[in-house]
Amino acid sequence: MVDDPMSIQGLVCPLPLPHKAQIVMGHGSGGTMSNDLIQRVFFSAFDNSILAAGNDAGSCRVNPGTRLAISTDSHVVSPLIFPGGDIGRLAVCGTVNDVSMLGALPLFLSAGFILEEGLDVAILERVVDSMNQAASEAAVQIVAGDTKVVQRGKGDGLYINTTGIGLIRDGLVIGGEHAQPGDTIILSGSIGDHGIAVLAARGELGFETNITSDVAPLNSLVNSMLAVSERIHVLRDPTRGGLATSLNEIARQSQRSIVIDENAIPVRKAVNAACEILGFDPLYVANEGKLVAIIHPDDAERTLQAMRSHPLGKGAVVIGHVEPSPAGRVLMKTRIGSTRIVDMLSGEMLPRIC
Amino acid sequence: MKHVTEYRDAALVKGVIAEIQRLVTRPWVIMEICGGQTHAIMRYGLDQLLPDEIELVHGPGCPVCVTPLELIDKALAISSMPDVIFTSYGDMLRVPGSQNDLFSVRANSGDVRVVYSPLDAVRIARENPDKEVVFFAIGFETTAPANAMSVLQAHSSGLHNYSVLVSHVRVPPAMDAILSSPHNRVQAFLAAGHVCAVMGYWEYPRIAQQYRIPVVVTGFEPLDIAQGILMAVRQLEQGSYVVDNAYSRVVTFAGNQPAQAVINQVFVECDRKWRGIGMIPNSGWRLRPEFHDYDAETRFSVSQINPDESPLCIAGQILQGLKLPHHCPAFGTLCTPEQPLGATMVSSEGACAAYYRYARVER
Repeated sequence: MVDDPMSIQGLVCPLPLPHKAQIVMGHGSGGTMSNDLIQRVFFSAFDNSILAAGNDAGSCRVNPGTRLAISTDSHVVSPLIFPGGDIGRLAVCGTVNDVSMLGALPLFLSAGFILEEGLDVAILERVVDSMNQAASEAAVQIVAGDTKVVQRGKGDGLYINTTGIGLIRDGLVIGGEHAQPGDTIILSGSIGDHGIAVLAARGELGFETNITSDVAPLNSLVNSMLAVSERIHVLRDPTRGGLATSLNEIARQSQRSIVIDENAIPVRKAVNAACEILGFDPLYVANEGKLVAIIHPDDAERTLQAMRSHPLGKGAVVIGHVEPSPAGRVLMKTRIGSTRIVDMLSGEMLPRIC
Repeated sequence: MKHVTEYRDAALVKGVIAEIQRLVTRPWVIMEICGGQTHAIMRYGLDQLLPDEIELVHGPGCPVCVTPLELIDKALAISSMPDVIFTSYGDMLRVPGSQNDLFSVRANSGDVRVVYSPLDAVRIARENPDKEVVFFAIGFETTAPANAMSVLQAHSSGLHNYSVLVSHVRVPPAMDAILSSPHNRVQAFLAAGHVCAVMGYWEYPRIAQQYRIPVVVTGFEPLDIAQGILMAVRQLEQGSYVVDNAYSRVVTFAGNQPAQAVINQVFVECDRKWRGIGMIPNSGWRLRPEFHDYDAETRFSVSQINPDESPLCIAGQILQGLKLPHHCPAFGTLCTPEQPLGATMVSSEGACAAYYRYARVER
């Protein structure tokens, strides 16, 4: 039996595991481990103010009148084809969306393909075809490309990197650092669709769902918002790490507090059910066709209306507001009326034991 | 969602809390056994709504937190061996052993796979006859039936490349251990609903009588937990000490008897070391001798691994309800989910992780 608890041997823990010496999957989660890697390895090496701003795209002044938004994204999804899209559509939309989150007009993309020996050309053709279709939806041109082939077993069929360039409209200053106390936070629709659709397509759920990925280019939705408001302070598409991680990034960049209402956040029934079964929180599940906007409160209502009349913003809702403190934190009013912290995803999202 | 959203209804929860408020006349310390309940309490901020008289302390019911260091080191050793596919519930990958964790093993080309069920591990064994497939069979009474079933399936289909690394623990002996401690502060228990769904609650009247302590079988939604607390407070205020069932939509007195039969067919009670707490007699299950062939510890000759834990964190005291996570000087500074000092911070059911994730501002 346990005697005096203070004298029990083994009231102690093993050494910490910082995972600083070797890459583990958690470094790719989009959460705290990814951020830490980016800060330590990349930001310290590529030290410049454009990168250090930490937004979805870099804002680069090329001459006094012209600012470019530049962003790049590598796509490594498995399976290559999933309900609602494929890696090609994802590769175009992901980068178009990152460029759009500075309020820029995306113009040109490059595409780099890493193909694994043995890949079926029919799959490649289908993927390229949907890239083409997504590019025409987004009204961007794919103007440069590269192809490399790696040995069988050295790749996962097909990886695609895309880089996008867009033109930032005159006078627009949009970025995570610009969230202001009192601003209204709008979410463009339901969360978690993409992440659960991909999990289901991997056959890992053990049950079937009819959830499809929300992958879509958001630039025309952004256009319709910018047409009614010049006071959009932040735009962000909550991809890896989900809504919770995006809001935490904004809270940290702006050193403000983000307060959201659990009851206001739309989650599809099927997504919610899958998350309940697996022990996931929809706040951390990836999206590929949703955005969060932080807007001056006087412009919120008309921006919301503009979003709702756009096909990709039909489900837009106000989910919260910005407060001055506690700086860098995201708080959520829970369903039962208490308040709790919403943290960043820390490492890989893992299903719970029971 | 039917049968879920009703139990998260703010008005109903507040009604139950008002009733607790009305009944309570003095301070009470109530322990929820299960880490899933701890997380629900923090995630919904239920503790903020309770009257000040009610102190919730968090029990040892996190299977990841209490799995002893030596078992994790054994898992790391086995998963690093050639021609082994090591399968585990996802949570266990994050828990550090004395040097390493399963993520690192994977990064060093060990074949470590997350499965949702041990029956998936059996399938992997069937599909990979040239590999040894090992499942990390940890957990309380909740995971035991499926883990036992995987051994039975492997046995009946003559699958010789499947084995289990067993570290099963049982709730009632842990309650005995907590209540026998001279430092015990716990005055009532919320018993873990999922454990009772399998085992029923026939093991608890003896505990309630012997230690004169109310035990309330409790579920996991905010309304369930509020109801469990209400029933515990009612007993405490009346001076009664019986077993109540606040989770009758899921739990019966006798429990799931086919599941219990499967457990008894495969496992036998044994003494078990709990991480941070120490050895508790009869608190675990191991494979019965007739299933010895499926024991990964003997198959891979790792029984000699027996590391010492070295001093820093207070996880053991937290798991016994003696301290709360924010009492630890390392909490949130030296010890975070990214850099955990202890298993209570590592597991998604661990009490420290729950505090860190949901409640840092208030404290």
